[in-house]
Amino acid sequence: MGDHGPAQGFGRWLFTTNHKDIGSMYLWFSFAMFLMGGVFALVIRAELFQPGLQLVEPEFFNQMTTMHGLVMVFGAVMPAFVGLANWLIPMMVGAPDMALPRMNNWSFWILPFAFALLTSTLFMEGGGPNFGWTFYAPLSTTYAPPSVTYFIFAVHIMGASSIMGSINIIATILNMRAPGMTLMKMPLFVWTWLITAYLLIAVMPVLAGCVTMMLMDIHFGTSFFNAAGGGDPVLFQHVFWFFGHPEVYIMILPAFGIVSAIIPTFARKPLFGYASMVYATASIAFLSFIVWAHHMFTVGMPIAGELFFMYATMLIAVPTGVKVFNWITTMFRGSMSFETPMLFSIAFVILFTIGGFSGLMLAIAPADFQYHDTYFVVAHFHYVLVPGAIFSIFAAVYYWLPKWCGNMYDERLGKAHFWLSFVGLNVTFFPMHFVGLAGMPRRIPDYALQFADFNQIASMGAFLFGFSQVFFLFIVIKTIRGGKQATDEVWESPEGLEWTIPSPAPYHTFTTPPAVK
Amino acid sequence: MLFFSKRPTVKSLLSVKPFVVFPLLALSSQAFAKSSEVVAGEAQRWGMNMPQGVTATSHEIYDLHMLIFMICVWIGVVVFGVMFYSMIMHRKSAGAVPSKFHESTLVELAWTIIPAIILVAMAVPATSTLIKIYDTSDADIDIKVVGYQWKWQYEYLGEEVSFFSNLTTPQDEIYGRVPKGEHYLLEVDEPVVIPINKKVRFLITANDVIHAWWVPALAVKRDAIPGYINDVWTIVDEPGIYRGQCAELCGKAHGFMPIVVHAMEEVDYQQWLDTKKVEAEELKLAMSQSFSMDDLYARGEKVYQTNCVACHGPAGAGGVGPSLIGSSITTGPMNGHLSLMINGVQGSAMQAFGEQLNNIDMAAVITYKRNAWGNNMGDMLQPVDVLNHKRSL
Repeated sequence: MGDHGPAQGFGRWLFTTNHKDIGSMYLWFSFAMFLMGGVFALVIRAELFQPGLQLVEPEFFNQMTTMHGLVMVFGAVMPAFVGLANWLIPMMVGAPDMALPRMNNWSFWILPFAFALLTSTLFMEGGGPNFGWTFYAPLSTTYAPPSVTYFIFAVHIMGASSIMGSINIIATILNMRAPGMTLMKMPLFVWTWLITAYLLIAVMPVLAGCVTMMLMDIHFGTSFFNAAGGGDPVLFQHVFWFFGHPEVYIMILPAFGIVSAIIPTFARKPLFGYASMVYATASIAFLSFIVWAHHMFTVGMPIAGELFFMYATMLIAVPTGVKVFNWITTMFRGSMSFETPMLFSIAFVILFTIGGFSGLMLAIAPADFQYHDTYFVVAHFHYVLVPGAIFSIFAAVYYWLPKWCGNMYDERLGKAHFWLSFVGLNVTFFPMHFVGLAGMPRRIPDYALQFADFNQIASMGAFLFGFSQVFFLFIVIKTIRGGKQATDEVWESPEGLEWTIPSPAPYHTFTTPPAVK
Repeated sequence: MLFFSKRPTVKSLLSVKPFVVFPLLALSSQAFAKSSEVVAGEAQRWGMNMPQGVTATSHEIYDLHMLIFMICVWIGVVVFGVMFYSMIMHRKSAGAVPSKFHESTLVELAWTIIPAIILVAMAVPATSTLIKIYDTSDADIDIKVVGYQWKWQYEYLGEEVSFFSNLTTPQDEIYGRVPKGEHYLLEVDEPVVIPINKKVRFLITANDVIHAWWVPALAVKRDAIPGYINDVWTIVDEPGIYRGQCAELCGKAHGFMPIVVHAMEEVDYQQWLDTKKVEAEELKLAMSQSFSMDDLYARGEKVYQTNCVACHGPAGAGGVGPSLIGSSITTGPMNGHLSLMINGVQGSAMQAFGEQLNNIDMAAVITYKRNAWGNNMGDMLQPVDVLNHKRSL
């Protein structure tokens, strides 16, 4: 079986059960979605470049904010992490493949259909979803465009894909580790994904239930979320955020794992506090289930509810702080060098922490009455998602790409991509803190004059950031097509089984399990 | 209260902030500063912090915001300080030799417990502020606020005064055909008027989708949810006009339903309230009168420009909504036209205007639509016809 190569032609990709092929497809798909979601974002930023309506009408603007959110969350970030999981988890635990290879193929291949369905709504009569990625009822039910049914179906398919992906990851991690690889010897990327997979299995069905209730309200005359029929619009928000809050940790926990792999390599020092990292991740995952209503401080909850969700949310700062302190202590008295993956990881630590600070501010319920639904919130979650999730994915690609394709990327180009992205992202999102505090609501296509200058700066940053990612595509293709041959270790004594196999990684690895001491 | 007794300290911290956060910007805006007026103008233009507002609550929230912000800044200084120190001192290129240490239970315990203590210190003032905000008892005045797509209705409970508050920024300004005014998108035809130094309670709900009523200077933001009545309160310290916006995505014109609060001295408020009551009486009387075609047409045009123009266009040629020129409704039977206006069209953006327009305005706008833009139906509707039609439903 060891010399069994991939099939020829398109059939290789359509029928493949190989974790590396499926991982690559996930990553390419996610990058395509990242560009598409990025174009939607640039439409938004172009319209907001100056006050007044110039390029698009408000109803199309609303479709852009909605689709940008949905595509980035479900199309770009989540599939990218699943792609990395596919590529890396079997190689990291010394397994020949994922535990359920055929389901693996299926969980990828339904995704393009889900997104084809979702994007096709933009061309339908009445337009695509225009109710925000949080699709609050009754705007998304009684008052939604007819295409909402396609949106619901697309969300169901994405959910099925995520659930299958998570079952596969859990089955692989729990059953297919090489002999000697105890749970507490697993790389942190494997740990964080194990916990993430449980989060996904717990909350994706909740999202499915939520959109199914919407479907019933729209087509079958029920009134789950319709006050006039005895239903409750606030119920929608509770159900949605019971999914939605763990969802934001689904998008950041694997990032923690990536950064925990990269920083020790380039600090040339073992990760500080491995065990506490595992416990902190698990605590964050647990807390993520009991903080959902902090997204709803202004719905008029009783004060006991406000206080509970405020305290629980503030508590998340403790395990998150532990992680940040551990990374910094790993760097402390190391011997650091700053290759591209390390640059992205360091930026991750700094900018994610800034996003954490604004998160702590948002947790304070009375202050949240001023921040809620303003650009301050937009700044906050972009600071945790762009330099958080997205930067960690870039870091991962630069770090493991030589292992995947056997060639080193061009370090100068990689660094240029980093600095362009870093500057672009800060110029885009930092001013959003200011306009938000000064009173600009989110999701508006036009704004009062006092917000004009910072919006203009943000829009310029967005275009810089956007075009830098085309540069990233160029770098990756260039690396795949050629470049300096990578060694098997690629970096200076990195930790992990994936560095013990040749570069590029053969089509089948660990057909006989390695011994782990 | 622990943290609020020394407000000047918090404020003096504030003055540090722009220099900590955005030094270049602060310097460049100083370079522009030729006179104090310019400084004020620039401060407004580059507004980058939460307004302190004009109520005790808004001051407390502002102080809380600055307190948490400054704690975060100092934590950031320490944490990033250590990080940059090692990035500079512990570089491989500078010959740094890596240490081997990789765990310490004591250190882990310390950086778990110390942040927890800081959090408790934050939670104390936050809790006390929240308890005050939630005390909606003993209000002097109750105003019911109803969110509609896309306008606000204010009803002074027990006073028989009720009106809608619509955006007045003209389409020409929005589409850049004329220069934008000073209060672009933050101006309405009828602001909600409240007296200063009185506890005003707002009872907030919505008629269609969820909206949120937000005025930053009062630090009041609460969702307007169909089927719920949320209550919030405010006591405004100084007379003035305070502007805000809907803060929950509510459809197409979410960005175009501002809130304007006009706070005035108690005597002025009473005078305003009396005028509104007289107006309401007059309106009641007028309901039973007949109007001439010209009166209805002229009044209808105004109603159209406020309520219909966003979807059907300034000349009735349509836009988001269908064209009204020669349409089967505007040139069809009068009864059908009236029913549609009263009930709206289920599942479309066409709202039920039966509750939103009084009978005179309803009669006027229908008469206008049937005779404007070459529709020339020649028929008209009287308020009493609208009343009879509503009764027959």
